[in-house]
Amino acid sequence: MNLDFSRPRPLLEVKNLITQFSTEAGPVRVVDDVSFHINEGEILGLVGESGCGKSITALSIMRLIPSPGEIAEGEVLFGGRDILQMPDTELRTVRGREIAMIFQEPMTSLNPVLTIARQLMEPLRLHMGMTKEAARERAIELLEMVGIPDAGDRIDDYPHRMSGGQRQRVMIAIAMSCNPKLLIADEATTALDVTIQAQILEMMAKLTKEIGTALLIITHNLGVVARFADRVNVMYSGRIRESGTVDTIFENPRHPYTVGLLDSIPRFDEEERERMRTIEGEIPDPANRPSGCTFRTRCRWVADDCATLDPQLISFEDDHNVACWKAESVSRDRRPVV
Amino acid sequence: MQLGNPGSPSAPEGKPLLEARDVKVHFPIMKGIVRTRPVGYVKAVDGVNLSIMPGETLGLVGESGSGKTTFGRAILRLIEATSGQVIFDGENIVELGEKEMRRRRRHMGMVFQDPFGSLNPRMKVGSTIGEPLVIHKLHESKEDYHQQVGDLLDIVGLSRNMADRYPHEFSGGQRQRVGVARALAAKPKFLVLDEPVSALDVSIQAQLINLLEDLQREFDLTYLFIAHDLSVVRHISHRVAVMYLGRLVEIATYRDLYTNPKHPYTQALLSAIPLPDPKLERTRDRIVLKGDIPSPRNPPPGCVFNTRCPMATKECTEIVPELELVALDHQAACINI
Repeated sequence: MNLDFSRPRPLLEVKNLITQFSTEAGPVRVVDDVSFHINEGEILGLVGESGCGKSITALSIMRLIPSPGEIAEGEVLFGGRDILQMPDTELRTVRGREIAMIFQEPMTSLNPVLTIARQLMEPLRLHMGMTKEAARERAIELLEMVGIPDAGDRIDDYPHRMSGGQRQRVMIAIAMSCNPKLLIADEATTALDVTIQAQILEMMAKLTKEIGTALLIITHNLGVVARFADRVNVMYSGRIRESGTVDTIFENPRHPYTVGLLDSIPRFDEEERERMRTIEGEIPDPANRPSGCTFRTRCRWVADDCATLDPQLISFEDDHNVACWKAESVSRDRRPVV
Repeated sequence: MQLGNPGSPSAPEGKPLLEARDVKVHFPIMKGIVRTRPVGYVKAVDGVNLSIMPGETLGLVGESGSGKTTFGRAILRLIEATSGQVIFDGENIVELGEKEMRRRRRHMGMVFQDPFGSLNPRMKVGSTIGEPLVIHKLHESKEDYHQQVGDLLDIVGLSRNMADRYPHEFSGGQRQRVGVARALAAKPKFLVLDEPVSALDVSIQAQLINLLEDLQREFDLTYLFIAHDLSVVRHISHRVAVMYLGRLVEIATYRDLYTNPKHPYTQALLSAIPLPDPKLERTRDRIVLKGDIPSPRNPPPGCVFNTRCPMATKECTEIVPELELVALDHQAACINI
């Protein structure tokens, strides 16, 4: 292997991750052999539709998989250490301090019976060893940083006094309080109105850049990825099907699913309105995936081999990996007529 | 079925099928336990005027609290308007008695956002779809009823034998098709579609949008399409209206609204949507609005948008702007245009 020292260092490396849920019919792999990495300070997008396994991937990184789920195989290397093998004491210092996470529901992620001050000061005192006074001062600073007006007064409010957008700002303040190396945002702005979503995403991108935090954006919104991400992983049915830089993925996608996804979003800046191109059929049930390539039942480019041979993610060109037998002939301009 | 080109039609002409005149929906805020009394009002919809032509799709967009859903329900009288008129097919339906309203309601239908919550989980989907046929006595015999339910399933792209299944056996996209089939059962002229695709994945969303466009053409339907996703709305609408805090701030043809938005709120709303185009996103100008959407309990005086408007002047806190013609087929409510 060629060692290239000019390349950015990976901060997090997920290797062959398999996360499964036990059901009456046996274990179902929700994340099925997923590998990817995030470099220091980088913004990586993880996109896919419901049930593709993107959220479970994030929860696996944090070892937050709820029962009856379990991480069956794989490694999650963070600064050279495998999170999946860490003792609980070590895990606690990683969670919250080095890797922070924000979820979609700002309603349920904050404790309704504790003031914002309590919830914001806790990680500062626990992870940073601050005194009460110092923590409070820093907490107010953080609230100002995420754009809460009158932070000095609002800090003693309970979460229900705040709007959805403000609660998500507080969540970001908590997440960023210990200057984490990685922030995972799982559909963090999906529940918010577009004008609020824009404010919060801009703020989050600016903040992580200033501190040098890497950002993993998990979303179904391709616009958000195009706006903020450096690189993108596209997931379908538990696996990464294509990965590359944003420019490559949006301009020169080579996986039929990525092409289909990009085709099925209407754009308000397009000149003429055409009939929507769709991906026919439905997302397969993870317990009952098609043999071979899991996308073949909905694919326009499907060939005989696709039913028997399961394509692996392979390098198509520099920084561009595709899991498709027909990748050579797939593009947005050449769609077979079905 | 002829598919046609969804991009072609200009707004249909003639007499409007539905006209809302100064529609207001104010919800009282009650206080007290023994002697409850109103201490204020949430002005969910505060004086909306608009008309929808036969065969037209009018898009209605707005963020949460804009009143778009309340307005959609008020024109079907699923919520009673506090004041104003709703003229449907030449008749003010706000004044109709309950019995008469029920007869008119046959011609109006609604499709809801939540494909999980809007179907009765204990009812076979065939019965859900066929219920309007029973209510309005639109079938001649048992065979005719089953025939019609089967036809409706066919029309929305489901198979006829699905009538005997329960909602939990359906995916989100299929359930939404069931919702559409039910709304079509009584052969309505007009449908209010309230965020019909918002809960669906993008690949499924596109399928449903195509279906709605096909149905409109085949059955001469008129739509009020309510959504927060401006790209979807542009795709399906002839004209688009923008609401903010209970008021219409702009209404125009879909082309004008998106290429030449006049109201500062519409401009900000469009610039806030990230487009799936990384090169464009890096260079695009964007207007990031300050602050939150005010509560409709306590809207700001003057123009409701003045607290967040980058162009607001002192006058904006004093004058309530009315919709005015700013170009052909294009109205906006702003004193600074």
